[in-house]
Amino acid sequence: MHHIPYLCSPKKHLMLKIENLHVSIKGREILKGVNLEVHAGEVHAIMGPNGTGKSTLASVIAGKEGYEVTEGNIYYKGKNLMDLSIEDRAREGIFIGFQYPVEIPGVSIANFMRTALNEIRQYRGLDPLNGAQFLKLMNEKKKVVELTEKLSNRSVNEGFSGGEKKRNEIFQMAMLEPTLSILDETDSGLDIDALRIVANGVNQLKNQDNATIVITHYQRLLDYIVPDVVHVLFDGKIVKTGPKELALELEKRGYDWIKEEYEQHKLS
Amino acid sequence: MKSFAEHTQQLKNYRLQLQPDPYQPVEEYFTCQVSNMGSVMLPLLNGWYVHKDSQLTIYPDGVIAGSLKAAMAQYPELVQASLKPLEDHKQDELTISNKEQFTDGIFLYVPDNVKVEKPFQIVSLVNSREDLLIQNRHLIHLGQNAELSIIQCDDSTKYGKTFLNIVTAITLNRQARLHYYKTENKEAESLLFNHLYVNQCAESFFHSNAITFNAGYVCNDIHVNLNEPFAEAQLYGLYLVDKTQQCENRIKVSHNCPDCKSFQLYKGIMDDEAEASFHGHVVVQPDAQRTNAFQTNRNILLTDKTKINTQPFLEIYADDVQCSHGATVGQLDDEALYYLRTRGIGERSARKLLMFAFANEICQHVDIQALKDRLSDMVQRRLNGELTICDQCMLHNADNGGLIFPIDPTKL
Repeated sequence: MHHIPYLCSPKKHLMLKIENLHVSIKGREILKGVNLEVHAGEVHAIMGPNGTGKSTLASVIAGKEGYEVTEGNIYYKGKNLMDLSIEDRAREGIFIGFQYPVEIPGVSIANFMRTALNEIRQYRGLDPLNGAQFLKLMNEKKKVVELTEKLSNRSVNEGFSGGEKKRNEIFQMAMLEPTLSILDETDSGLDIDALRIVANGVNQLKNQDNATIVITHYQRLLDYIVPDVVHVLFDGKIVKTGPKELALELEKRGYDWIKEEYEQHKLS
Repeated sequence: MKSFAEHTQQLKNYRLQLQPDPYQPVEEYFTCQVSNMGSVMLPLLNGWYVHKDSQLTIYPDGVIAGSLKAAMAQYPELVQASLKPLEDHKQDELTISNKEQFTDGIFLYVPDNVKVEKPFQIVSLVNSREDLLIQNRHLIHLGQNAELSIIQCDDSTKYGKTFLNIVTAITLNRQARLHYYKTENKEAESLLFNHLYVNQCAESFFHSNAITFNAGYVCNDIHVNLNEPFAEAQLYGLYLVDKTQQCENRIKVSHNCPDCKSFQLYKGIMDDEAEASFHGHVVVQPDAQRTNAFQTNRNILLTDKTKINTQPFLEIYADDVQCSHGATVGQLDDEALYYLRTRGIGERSARKLLMFAFANEICQHVDIQALKDRLSDMVQRRLNGELTICDQCMLHNADNGGLIFPIDPTKL
C-alpha cells in the first residue's frame, strides 16, 4: 500500500526510506509506525488534519532533540540518520523549511548563509567560498524567490512578515542546494502572491537528483507545487497514499471520510 | 566582588598628577582607525587636555570645545550654567572627591539650533609608569534644538595602574539631541568610574550606549532627570567580561514630569570568574502621568563561577503609566541553536553566532554607521578571543604583549 510501483520508477535512486517509525515525545507516542519511500526526482505531499504527527515527522528527520525514536529506522541515501548530528544531516543534503522560522536578531542573513555554506563545503572537502564568490551566488539565488536587497541585509527573520519568512526559507534552500527538502506547512500564513512566489521558487529548484516532501494541511499549495504522490497521515500513521488527485478529493470532502475509513479498518 | 565602597577606598593609593605633561604631539601617535567617521579628537593625556594649538577651540558656528580649565577662565557663566545637573542629583563620595580634586576635562558647548555633523571623540589616554589617579570632569551643554554625537574611548596602556574617576554633566535644552557612545577597554589592574549626570528639558533626546570590552573594575553610573514633558532617554549597555573582570552598571532615571519616555537595555556575557551587576532604578514622581518606562537586563553566564547581580527596580507614584522591567540570566536560545544547526552550522559555530547576535543587538543601536561596523567587528573578535584592547590604536600596538582574554563558547 505504501509503495506504488506505477508512480515510482524502480530505476530511480532511493533517497529516503522510513521503516515502521515510532516516535514519542515525553512518553506520549505521536508516530505509530510510519512507512515511506521517497526517490530522487519526486515530490511527495504529506497531508492530514492538525495534530496527527506531520510536523513531528519533519522534526525527527531534522534530528531535533526531545523526540524519542522507540522503534523503526530512517535511512537517507543508505545511511542510518540516527547516527548523524543535526548539522551533519544538513551537510548530507537534508533541508527543513520551517513552519515558524525563528527570528535571530543580530545575525545577518549573509553572515548566516556564508557560515552555513562554508561549513557544508568543508564537510564535503571543498574550499570555502570567498566574499566575491559568495555575493555572486547570493545575488543569483535571491532571484529564485524575488528576495529584495533590503531583506537580505537584515537579521535572520527579524521583523519579517509571514510571507517574508517563508521566502527566506526557500532562499536558504536555494543557497544550500539540498537533495532532500522537507517543507513543513510552508503555505501557512501566506497570501496568494507570496504563495505563488514561494511555490515558483520550489519548482525552480526541482530536478531529477533531488526530492521534496511538502507537508500541508490544505490542497491550495498543491495547485502550484504538483506532487507525484500524496500521503495522508492520521493518528500517527500513513493511512492512505495516492496520486495527486487524492489531494483534490481531500479538499472537496475534508478529512472525515478518511477518519471513518480508518476506524472501519481498525474494527475489521 | 569588592563593593563600590571598597574600590572607592583605594583612591588614596594613587597619585594625582597636578600638572599637565609637557606638550606631546598626541595627534601624531594616536589616531583612531575607525575609517569614515571623521571625528574631531579631544585628547586627554594623564587627565589633562592636550592640543597643539589652543586649549579651547571656538568654531564659526559658535561651538566651543576643549579644555574645561580653559573654559572656566574664558566662559565662567557658561561653565556655571553647565554645572546644574551635578547640583540636582544626589552625589556619592567619588563625585564629591571629583569636585574637590578634578584637574581638567572636556568642555563642549553647542549653541541653539546648531547641529554638529562630525562627532566629537573624547579619548582619555593614560601613559604613566606610576599608579595614577585621574580626576576628570566633562561638561556638555546643548542649546535648544542643538544636536551632537560624542564618542568616549576609555583605554589604558599597560604601564602602571590607574584609577579613573570621571564625572560628566550633560544639559539638554528644549529639543536638543545627544548621542553618547562609550567604549571601555581597560586592563586588569585599572579602576574606572564613569558618572554621568543628565538634565533633560522638554522634547529633548538622550541616547547613551556603553560597551565594556575589557575591564579591571568598571562602574558606569548614570543619573537622568527627565524634567520637562516629552523628553526621552534611551540607555544601552553591553559588557563582555571574563577572567576576574568586574563591571557594574548603576542607573537611575527620574521621571519628574508627565509624558516622558525612558528605555534601558543592558546585556552581558560573562566567562571564567567575571562578575557584573545591573542596578536599574526608575522613579516615577506623583505628577509624572503618562510615563513610559522600560528596563531590561539580559545575561549569559558561561561558567558557574561567574556572578551577576541584577536589580531592575521601578518606583512608581503616578497611576497612569506604562512601565515594565525584567531580567534574564541564562543560556542561549535552544530554538535558534537548532535552526542554525539544521542549516549545517556546527554547534560550536552556532553558539558563537548566537552569542554575537545577543551582544550585537546593542551595537545595532549605534547611529554612526562606521562606528557601528567597527563596534560589531570588535564584539565579534572579542567573542572569538581575538580582540585585545582597541588594537588598531597606535598606542596599543606600540608595545602590546597581548592581553587576550578569550570568551570560550564551548563552556556554554
